[in-house]
Amino acid sequence: MTMQVEKLMHAVFFIAALVSIIAVALICIFLFANGIPAMREIGFLDFLLGQRWAPMNSPPSFGIFPMIVGSIYVTAGAIIIGVPVGVLTAIFLAKYCPAKLYRVVKPAIQLLAGIPSVVYGFFGLMVIVPFIRTYLGGSGYSILSASILLGIMILPTIIGVSESAIRAVPREYYEGAVALGATHERAVFATVVPAATSGILASIILGVGRAIGETMAVVMVAGNQARVPSSILQGVRTMTTNVVLEMGYAYGLHRGSLIATGVILFVFILMINLLFSVLKRRTNYGS
Amino acid sequence: MGARLKFSIETARRYPLSFVLKVLVVGSALLTLGALFFLLAYIIVNGVPHLKPSLFAWKYNTKNVSLVPALLNTLIIVGIPLIVTVPLGVFSAIYLCEYAKKGSKVVEVVRITAETLSGIPSIVYGLFGLLFFVIYLRWGYSILAGSMTLSIMILPLIMRTAEEALLSIPTSLREASFALGAGKLRTVFRIVLPAAIPGILSGVILGIGRIVGETAALIYTAGTVPRIPGSVFSSGRTLAIHLYTLSSEGFHTNEAFATAVVLLIIVLLINALSAGLARRLGGGN
Amino acid sequence: MDKMMVKNLDLYYGDFQALDDVNLAIPENQITAFIGPSGCGKSTMIKTLNRMNDLIEGCKIEGEVLLDGKSIQELDVNTLRKRVGMVFQKPNPFPMSVYDNIAYGPRTHGVRSKAKLDDIVEKSLMDAAIWDELKDRLKKSALGLSGGQQQRICIARALAIQPEVLLMDEPTSALDPISTAKIEELVSTLKKEYTIVIVTHNMQQAVRISDQTAFFLHGQIVEHGTTAQFFSIPQDKRTEDYITGRFG
Repeated sequence: MTMQVEKLMHAVFFIAALVSIIAVALICIFLFANGIPAMREIGFLDFLLGQRWAPMNSPPSFGIFPMIVGSIYVTAGAIIIGVPVGVLTAIFLAKYCPAKLYRVVKPAIQLLAGIPSVVYGFFGLMVIVPFIRTYLGGSGYSILSASILLGIMILPTIIGVSESAIRAVPREYYEGAVALGATHERAVFATVVPAATSGILASIILGVGRAIGETMAVVMVAGNQARVPSSILQGVRTMTTNVVLEMGYAYGLHRGSLIATGVILFVFILMINLLFSVLKRRTNYGS
Repeated sequence: MGARLKFSIETARRYPLSFVLKVLVVGSALLTLGALFFLLAYIIVNGVPHLKPSLFAWKYNTKNVSLVPALLNTLIIVGIPLIVTVPLGVFSAIYLCEYAKKGSKVVEVVRITAETLSGIPSIVYGLFGLLFFVIYLRWGYSILAGSMTLSIMILPLIMRTAEEALLSIPTSLREASFALGAGKLRTVFRIVLPAAIPGILSGVILGIGRIVGETAALIYTAGTVPRIPGSVFSSGRTLAIHLYTLSSEGFHTNEAFATAVVLLIIVLLINALSAGLARRLGGGN
Repeated sequence: MDKMMVKNLDLYYGDFQALDDVNLAIPENQITAFIGPSGCGKSTMIKTLNRMNDLIEGCKIEGEVLLDGKSIQELDVNTLRKRVGMVFQKPNPFPMSVYDNIAYGPRTHGVRSKAKLDDIVEKSLMDAAIWDELKDRLKKSALGLSGGQQQRICIARALAIQPEVLLMDEPTSALDPISTAKIEELVSTLKKEYTIVIVTHNMQQAVRISDQTAFFLHGQIVEHGTTAQFFSIPQDKRTEDYITGRFG
């Protein structure tokens, strides 16, 4: 009797463990089965490299090149803004912050991670967009607005992963440098931080993943024009926002092309994940 | 470490580079915290004055834009995924930690897929939910479709935190139980799992936070109907979607601010809960 | 009368041979001590007696261990562990109340009645000489107690399933001298009812409490016999070197 229950539950646990595999399989099957035929119909290269997105025209054109470029632009902008601030903040937390202050600062940064993207988007809409409009011109709905907002949003990711990478560096590195007469800054920046490089890189890659996948905050501030922009003050549309903007009323090939946009985004994310896990593995072997 | 934060002109003159680096480090930390406090203050200052009773009317209409139906929908859409995913994620973690042999292929594949799941952006979950639950299973835009989509979305989070919690339970407790003649199942349910509950709970709280803030995965699964749903097969918008629609329509900026305040308060509560739990976890060891 | 017998036992962790042709008799109602330097196989040996080594992946056993003349491999493992209890090196009480700690074993083996459990808890704590200290704190968490108290809770917990043999794997190595003395005294009184096997790295402890001593080195038993004889007239040069402190 007990043996049977043991065996039964063993099977139950095993099946539960398989659910995540099933989920990934289902997601792949449904996305690819719906997206790839559309890509084939449009023509793979026309879809990826087409400059024109005009699904309602006759004949329609379904080129998502502007969206791919848009995603890359806002992500790059977010990295340029978020990485220096994030990594330096991580260094502050790991190497400067007194314990008492840490007990306040750390939860604050966790709170930054907990704020919903739609609240960030609303904040961007109310503060960042008018600010850019007033001081830099244009409508304010722009690559720059989206980059600033995403830069703030990826801070907690970058700070969290970088901080633990810096903390994982053996104390001896720091002590060795200080014992040779280095200042605190020299010891931290010339010995500790370089030793944490692969962890910090991993944090950046994770940040890239967050930024490229973010939808709601971007849709509220980026202007969403489906064309390749020529200035950071112009509006832009990303792959994620392309889906969310038009999915509500699309049908037929138009719907298929949106799902295909999701497929391309998914492939981007898979590559980023792969890169991340390779780097993470390297960090683990390092320490 | 307090001394490291002191700035003196003399050391700045002797080690100019060090001084600049220190300014950058401290400046960045201030910038990060500044962004957070500015965001919180801005929304609270603009939102609190508009927390009017009409916003909390039982029924929504386009005049009062009441958030009560959205709040109730949020509760339901938090509840269903937890009921589905907590047992699933915990059982899965039990398999990985307590049953699977070291170096087993299955475990490796499960780990990789869970990592993949945790990296997938919400909008892709939303697309999948639309294709699978809404269209393929013919559930339509519904609370159930939204809930199931989010169940998959928070699965890797629950799995990971449960796994960490189980791994943190010392082997000596398992040994003690086995040495008393208890079987594996009894050891897992009576000894390991109860000791792991605080850790599992912290994952659950993170999951709640994730769901409360979710928009992109819900717009095309749960839909945006601003009413209290008749059943799990009716559409219903959550608070986050409510805020999105209010702010994108642009007619109700004040109410949007007030809604954002309510959403922030919920997030703050969730965070406080999770921080409190983390402190208790840390103190317990 | 021998309670347990070990016959031609070899044990491997993967490619590493941890025990090499061990033969040993464990007499009933006596205290048998395993001594030897770290890594000599004494802990591995004691864990073989209640098949705790089953939990370790890649562990392979050849040879036989008999309990009352029957091979322990043929017994149900949970029944074996009910008959052969164990106390570990570091106190490992469960994170629950003192009462629930002691009652865990009996509940595992089907005791449900509150009155019966109360009796078992009281008797076990008395046998472990800690009833007087704890009788008013039964509902308090066992984790709040001192190391010595925790270890006696663990002994009481092992006694609560009424085992025939009690295995103790360096039960005092994590404790202070006063707690150690209490446990040693307790162990000496327990042998009236139980057969006891104790692993110790402390030769004085073996001299003080054991009736039989077995000396392990590199996975083999170098010498074993009654404790008095073992320490006064060692037969093997290596035993003499070890007990006079030349290595170990």
